[in-house]
Amino acid sequence: MRDALGAVQSVLVLGGNSEIALAIVDRLVEGRTRRVVLAVREPDSAQRSVDRLTAVGVDASAIAFDALQPETHAEVLGAVFAEGDIDLVISAFGILGSQPEFDADPMFALRAINANFGGAVTSGLIVADHLRRQGHGTLLMITSIAALRGRADNYVYGSTKAGQDLFAQGLGDALVGSGARVVVVRPGFVHTRMTEGMKPAPFSTTPDKVAEVVVEGLTKGRELIYAPSILRYLFAGLIHAPRLIWRRLGG
Amino acid sequence: MPSTPPEPAAALAVPRSTELFGWGRTAPTGADLRRPTSATELRRALPDPNPRGLLARGLGRSYGDAAQNSGGRVIETIDVDSFTIHESDPAADHVLVTADAGVSIDRLLHSLVPAGLFVPVTPGTRYVTVGGAIAADIHGKNHHRKGSWCDHVESLRLQIADGSIVEIGPDRDPELYWATAGGMGLTGVILDATFRCPRIGSSRLLVDTDRAPDLDTVVELMATGDADYDYSVAWIDLMATGSSMGRSVLTRGRFATAEEVGGGPRSDPFDYRAGVIASAPPFVPGGLLNGLTVRAFNEVWFRKAPKMRRDELQTIPTFFHPLDMVAGWNRIYGPGGFLQWQFVIPFGTEPILRRIIEDLSAAGCTSFLAVLKAFGAGNASPLSFPAPGWTLALDIPTGVPGLAPLLDRLDDLVVEAGGRIYLAKDSRVRPELVPQMYPRLDEWRSVRERVDPQRRITSDLARRLSL
Repeated sequence: MRDALGAVQSVLVLGGNSEIALAIVDRLVEGRTRRVVLAVREPDSAQRSVDRLTAVGVDASAIAFDALQPETHAEVLGAVFAEGDIDLVISAFGILGSQPEFDADPMFALRAINANFGGAVTSGLIVADHLRRQGHGTLLMITSIAALRGRADNYVYGSTKAGQDLFAQGLGDALVGSGARVVVVRPGFVHTRMTEGMKPAPFSTTPDKVAEVVVEGLTKGRELIYAPSILRYLFAGLIHAPRLIWRRLGG
Repeated sequence: MPSTPPEPAAALAVPRSTELFGWGRTAPTGADLRRPTSATELRRALPDPNPRGLLARGLGRSYGDAAQNSGGRVIETIDVDSFTIHESDPAADHVLVTADAGVSIDRLLHSLVPAGLFVPVTPGTRYVTVGGAIAADIHGKNHHRKGSWCDHVESLRLQIADGSIVEIGPDRDPELYWATAGGMGLTGVILDATFRCPRIGSSRLLVDTDRAPDLDTVVELMATGDADYDYSVAWIDLMATGSSMGRSVLTRGRFATAEEVGGGPRSDPFDYRAGVIASAPPFVPGGLLNGLTVRAFNEVWFRKAPKMRRDELQTIPTFFHPLDMVAGWNRIYGPGGFLQWQFVIPFGTEPILRRIIEDLSAAGCTSFLAVLKAFGAGNASPLSFPAPGWTLALDIPTGVPGLAPLLDRLDDLVVEAGGRIYLAKDSRVRPELVPQMYPRLDEWRSVRERVDPQRRITSDLARRLSL
């Protein structure tokens, strides 16, 4: 159960090798979290994380989950919830890809859409149904600041995230009154394996800093979290900036 | 216009859900809320087929998740509220009252006080039900002399998970009775109870007030003087630091006799008016209660109290239920809500009491007045909270930075002292500490196993703390 100060006892991570999600988990296990399920494409790939969590007394496990096989989502997620309540589901999987890669291979763009948007919708709907039935629980959707406005250098990725972000907002509203809720996290540029070699955008951040902001937001019961927080105010303006200016800023 | 698709079967299978939270307005969860209007309808709730179980709920005054059952069924008992004041020998010092679990102390007092009677125990609010009073084994300002609510119960009827109704009491299946006393509603649905209500000489109290400049003084005053009073409690300013750390206003009293109330136009010695004089606005922004406003409030409150006053006549609402005058006062903490932390530690561990208060003062924890009281003896219940020692209760907004680790540290001090926290107030304790705080937890679990092996009666508190 989630407690009065936002601490959760059980966590499921979809995309359990995500550095941001693991940084969030590391902070949560310092609090009340005692059960962690890492859902990843190859369970072996998460073994080091499982061992690390087990060493600090957490009941940790890794299960097979593939965002690109939506027909399997109901069964995989059903098995997790059958083992006990999940207080927090972190939806953190995704394909980043660079715009030149997408330009060169439209089918790769489709894969990104199917994973980032399609997979988030199928797994999100299934998770929401379980949370509604258990009468509590939070679905934390990690979207992106790139979801807010199309940019020449990442519009395929940005549009997958825009779909996911909009879906999460609506789902959150649909769950009002059920005890379940959705929290949307919009990180800016985060230094991870996924972004290695890319040119960092202004106000870039790290997984640990994102985790800090997210855990604070969970404690305060926020529904929308920007990481770093300043992006909220920056984008309140940028979203309305004339396109000419936006293009120049976008580089 | 697009046509509306048919309702999917999955959505139909999920029962209509209502979000419920405790008095602290934190961690709401959804449940299938039912509100039976008759005793017959109430009894039909069990046995319950819902896999996530069932829980009875009264007025929702427990601070955390004790009266929530996420995804399951919650039966609000407050519309089933009849009670009987039994005939008795006028010479007897008490009268028996039988009341449905949904009857509130508020309702009881409106009938009892004009008849020269009072409830055996009242907490700081009269908006608690008889069922809740038993489930939390509530205590009040008279604990040092009269114990807690369940010390005054003759018998009660409990509907257990299989639907059968059992009558229990201290002399009839005492094991189940004492597991139900303070059992947080987890042994079954309490239907009604018969308890002893004491006679009073009037509806006023004779109150002595002492202003104590620091913690040592108030502890000394209580340790040496409480025995002379029926009711005693100290309000302590946790924001005061340095030499005035622990400064308090101690109020103690007893019911006045009709003669002591004296004559005059409003001279009915059993006159009882308890009302609400104000209501908190429906929405209050967060942050209204901050270090500055609370410190200022506490300062004014301490200075306006008399240094020492004797035999002041006070009404029941003023003495027992001052906060009830503001309806929905819990909303002043804003949308983030608040929590209450209440512990008891044994007499003889005063250095730990001091350390806890020092830590709270040093943390600058935005806390309105906290309540300090010396408890008397506990009872036979494995999960009842009161035990001989010092109990301190304080309300804290959840937004206070660093609150979670601070309270975790303080919980450790409580355990170190051999104390415990009050489950009816809890919303965040570490589950692994509960067996240390309540060493007879396993004994309680075995009784629960006997009456509800499938855990069909459950709550969010039970889930969170793995009770």
